[in-house]
Amino acid sequence: MANRWINTLKDKDVTPEDMFLNRRQIMGGALAGVGLAGMGSSVSAAPEGLEPNSYEEITSYNNYYEFGTGKDDPARYAGKLTTTPWTVQIDGMVDNPGEFAFEDIMKAMTIEERIYKFRCVEAWSMVVPWNGFELADLLNMAGVQSGAKYVAFETALRPDEMPGVAYPVLDWPYVEGLRLDEAMHPLTIMATGIYGKDIPNQNGAPLRLVVPWKYGFKSIKSVVKITLTDKQPATSWNKANAREYGFYSNVNPEVDHPRWSQASERLIGGGLFSKRVPTLMFNGYEGEVAGLYEGMDLAKDI
Amino acid sequence: MGSIIDRVNGLAGKVPTWPLYILYLLPVPWLLYLAQTGGLGVEPIKELEHELGEIALQLLIIGLAVTPLRRYVGVNLIKFRRAFGLLAFAYVSLHLLVWLVLDVGIPSQIWADIIKRPYITIGMAGFLCLLPLAATSNNFSIRKLGPKWRKLHRLTYLAVILGGVHYIWLVKGFQIEPLVYMAVILGLLALRLPKRRKARAV
Repeated sequence: MANRWINTLKDKDVTPEDMFLNRRQIMGGALAGVGLAGMGSSVSAAPEGLEPNSYEEITSYNNYYEFGTGKDDPARYAGKLTTTPWTVQIDGMVDNPGEFAFEDIMKAMTIEERIYKFRCVEAWSMVVPWNGFELADLLNMAGVQSGAKYVAFETALRPDEMPGVAYPVLDWPYVEGLRLDEAMHPLTIMATGIYGKDIPNQNGAPLRLVVPWKYGFKSIKSVVKITLTDKQPATSWNKANAREYGFYSNVNPEVDHPRWSQASERLIGGGLFSKRVPTLMFNGYEGEVAGLYEGMDLAKDI
Repeated sequence: MGSIIDRVNGLAGKVPTWPLYILYLLPVPWLLYLAQTGGLGVEPIKELEHELGEIALQLLIIGLAVTPLRRYVGVNLIKFRRAFGLLAFAYVSLHLLVWLVLDVGIPSQIWADIIKRPYITIGMAGFLCLLPLAATSNNFSIRKLGPKWRKLHRLTYLAVILGGVHYIWLVKGFQIEPLVYMAVILGLLALRLPKRRKARAV
């Protein structure tokens, strides 16, 4: 099963890369303004009318600290990561635990395109045309048991292939987690491609989580392990600094990061004179996901 | 060894200071050119901001090294120290300007950031420390202020520490580079401690 959630942006909205660059040059700095006007019309709408970023932008500006903390480090060093063969261990409170080969997962899943806005906790954002499948489908394949409440994820840890893990920037391996209802939400996908191509290593090959209403670091890359559990799992940035990075880390313009404002963001690709645009509640997916957090104090449960 | 130091000192005596300004200001147009042509990546604003800030910190550190170099190595670069200081001030100013105009650009948020964000508060404090130093860097002020000038210019120590803390505080996770800068800064300041001076005199 798939296609539970339909993009407000369709395939045809993805500008071919070559054309895209030309249009970008013509539009220049006007781009940010157009996006802002589009978003202003309806606060809860998905980011309608936003132009996807170019393949070059999406694949050259990455945070993947296993390869270094510079934005260009992942593109420079992630080529060393071996992604074939690749298996994902699914364990914990599931009926069918085991090691699943990436090819077998791909055969069982329906790949579709999702054009999502990606908002980094560092106050920049991109629009990415992902290809992937709903995480719910993978979890259903494994058979989630009734007592499970959370899903824990783990990134590959390969000291020989990842120069960044020589430094204790974070407590490796990178781990993340979602509440089960967040994980089962139709917006939550495992991405395996960008612009119809296999996802590049620097973006989290061969498969990564994408949760578009949360800050980017929740969308864990190069997943090797998925564990269903009844306890809230530890997450890397929360372990590093709980005051700055909560378990939920939903995009919220009203709750600032202690060291910087989250009220606005810069869309990547606008050049030297691109202006910040207002950040939207749940990154523009409020209509779809606000119900998950009813009754919670989002200023406290960050 | 001694002859090399003599030669360096001799050379330093002959070389004028103005080429240093030109040489060290060349990165500015170069960075702007890179930012416009994609050489700084797809987010040139942050990159430009960080490059300018890092060069500023390096210049402050070079300025800080002049005295220990003379005292412990015998190399005398004192005539270039004003240039390093003024260049550092220029880079800090450009760094601040990029942050104000290109990065934030929203007046209400600029003010909120300065007040609410400790690393920005500290960065601003460092900049304010440098203002009177830049203003009194001319020969007239040195003559006019006399011994007070030296006292006033010890503000550099505070400014460079604030700069180092500013850098440590803004990175995510545990990162080595800002800590290395801070270690160098503290090391150069430690060489100025009176105890060390006495120890060497013995």
